[in-house]
Amino acid sequence: MVITFGGGARDQETFAPEGQENIPHLMRELIPQSAFFTQVVNRGILGHYVATASLATGVYETINNFAALPPESPTVFEYFRKALKRPASDAWVVAPSNGFNRIGESSHRSFAPGWGAQVILPKYLLGAATSGRGDYGHLLRDSYETPLYAPELGGNTFELEQMETILKLSVDDFRAHALTLSSPDELSVYIVRQLMRQFAPSLLWVTLHDIDIAHAGAYSLYIEGIRRTDRLCAELWKAVQSEPEYAGKTTLFILPDFGRDSDEDAGGNGFQHHRTGDVISRTTWMMALGSGIRGGVVYDRPVDSIDLVPTLGSLMGFTASLSRGKPITEVL
Amino acid sequence: MRPEDLKPEQFSGYPPEARKLALDYLDTFRRLPLSFLPNLLREVIEFDFKFPVERRLLEKELANLRSLSQQSLRFWFQEFTEIRLSESLEKSDWVTSPAQFVEQLSAHLWATHQMDAFRHAALSYADRLRTAVAPELPASPRFGIAVIGQGVDVAPGPLFRKLRPYGAYFSAVNPQNGLQHLLEAVAARARSSPAPYAHWYIDGGEALPHPSEVICVSYKAMEQVRATILARIHAETQKRGMGPEALRTLMAQLQPADLGASGGDPALDRFRIKLLTEASGTQIFSTSFVQWAAREALRRAQPLTVLARFGPRRRQKPMNEMLSPSAEQVELDPVGSLVDADMGAYYNWINQQRLPGSEKSLFLAWFENHQEAIAISPTLPRGTVSTGTIDLRGVLSWMT
Repeated sequence: MVITFGGGARDQETFAPEGQENIPHLMRELIPQSAFFTQVVNRGILGHYVATASLATGVYETINNFAALPPESPTVFEYFRKALKRPASDAWVVAPSNGFNRIGESSHRSFAPGWGAQVILPKYLLGAATSGRGDYGHLLRDSYETPLYAPELGGNTFELEQMETILKLSVDDFRAHALTLSSPDELSVYIVRQLMRQFAPSLLWVTLHDIDIAHAGAYSLYIEGIRRTDRLCAELWKAVQSEPEYAGKTTLFILPDFGRDSDEDAGGNGFQHHRTGDVISRTTWMMALGSGIRGGVVYDRPVDSIDLVPTLGSLMGFTASLSRGKPITEVL
Repeated sequence: MRPEDLKPEQFSGYPPEARKLALDYLDTFRRLPLSFLPNLLREVIEFDFKFPVERRLLEKELANLRSLSQQSLRFWFQEFTEIRLSESLEKSDWVTSPAQFVEQLSAHLWATHQMDAFRHAALSYADRLRTAVAPELPASPRFGIAVIGQGVDVAPGPLFRKLRPYGAYFSAVNPQNGLQHLLEAVAARARSSPAPYAHWYIDGGEALPHPSEVICVSYKAMEQVRATILARIHAETQKRGMGPEALRTLMAQLQPADLGASGGDPALDRFRIKLLTEASGTQIFSTSFVQWAAREALRRAQPLTVLARFGPRRRQKPMNEMLSPSAEQVELDPVGSLVDADMGAYYNWINQQRLPGSEKSLFLAWFENHQEAIAISPTLPRGTVSTGTIDLRGVLSWMT
């Protein structure tokens, strides 16, 4: 299971001493069990869709961040399913906004269509389920990076009727549960838990995004997003422990897709954006825990964010042949 | 088109003073690399709407560029000449629309992994320019004031944590007439060091009475303009094919007259609407508005005094609802706004410290109507705490 930690967070609001109060669950519950990498460097484009695509391909993608385009290099889902001959139900992505709909499958020639992951966009489903009625507005937030615009959906879309037939979740139950939640990421976690129960996929990728509210410039909302994401990560890890299909045989990776601009860089406006490409915005962290991982160890050597895919390949038994990253030996 | 092919008539669409400036420096422009020149033209085309200090700095920068020998020019721009541009960028109309070019250049630099190289080139250029062109020192030490926490009874946590290492923290300030003392201090500075755009008062709500020499920007006064902009954004986003880049370009092209915001001072009118058309979050959150307005006032006008009073912002609603103009009553979030403003005060101080004369600058942040304040001044020891009772006039006197 891979969780991207919510839309870009800086060290100073997370693992640096002054930020640790914002991540009590990671600090107290997950870190003691984790291999923790203090320097994960993203050398690619710092836009959420394209950076997540880079994480998922192991290649720094250069696709338009704001268009519904597939990654150009093969995704981890395609490597996994083709090499291990796994069915479509064994690899899933749960992602925050329309722009992520194509992330499950690349346009690369070496893979025929159909080897990718299925992608669920919970907000899109909720929008369809409610048709704009009811008090669900707080869960239907648009992308914070471009709050004024959401790309049109492209590719195959997981539709409402599939939710009933595949996830065994009625539209009424989905709507009713959504009313009890406070953020889009909580909705995503709810869907992830349904997926775990129904399919127990071997490869599950969760892109959280609430933190990116920082683009609106309100520091309190950015911090609130980090605290919620911290809690949701712990909830997902607890879910892993409580599901027989996952307990004791799951490895979890948690990492932000990138950081945010430094307070000191005059070209940016601190936490608000990730536009300068400075060191703080490029350097973040990663934790790995669970099956096969030696916990309680901190690694300070720099690793690259595109090292994730070949590492997953080594752990799961496939080769990410076109990835430009290197397996992280400390977790193998 | 390459810079060496520039012709005078290509600047005919520039405002009058910008055109004159461009024609004066046409030969200089022809010697500059394309990866750099449109960034400079983006400043030149705005010349008519710049504050006095911005004009002087731009003129000095241009004069410096003109003075460089061919060999020096090669040294100054070596890194820029190594940036590879696309054919479409070269063919674009970067003279008429330099800002659009810069936006496209940014996308190109990210996509071709040249952003780091460009960033390095830009920082090296800025360093050389700082050495070649002496900074304009302020006539008197700058003074930044941040007033935070309006409407909050109890702070959710310790305040001014980021600022405390740099100054003296006062825990027993008598809040009586605090705002009045601060406004009087601003007025006194405006009287003693009069200069255009040198003294600013920014308010996240409705502005309090202030002297006419003090430039005022308030969120309340921008209400109608904000509504017009949000209606415009809403209408544009309903159009098919409208993407983020196109919308940004459209917003950047809006003029004060388009928004009913012409107040007789073209530079200030333009400054005010840019706070809403070229920034994120300022249209919906008053705390973001105050922080950004203070940052831009400091960066552009290099004022001697900035009083920034943060007000309570609206409670967070879904972004799409916030961007839709609505008559619905606005619900406020005073405690969240205090946290925003605490960070905003820190950013105001950082932005003030980026300006020349920072070693003598003063900064005061106060929790409105409460007893906590932090004062930063060369006369006050850093990282200290004062528990003695004092009013804001007393704190101000300690600072100078």
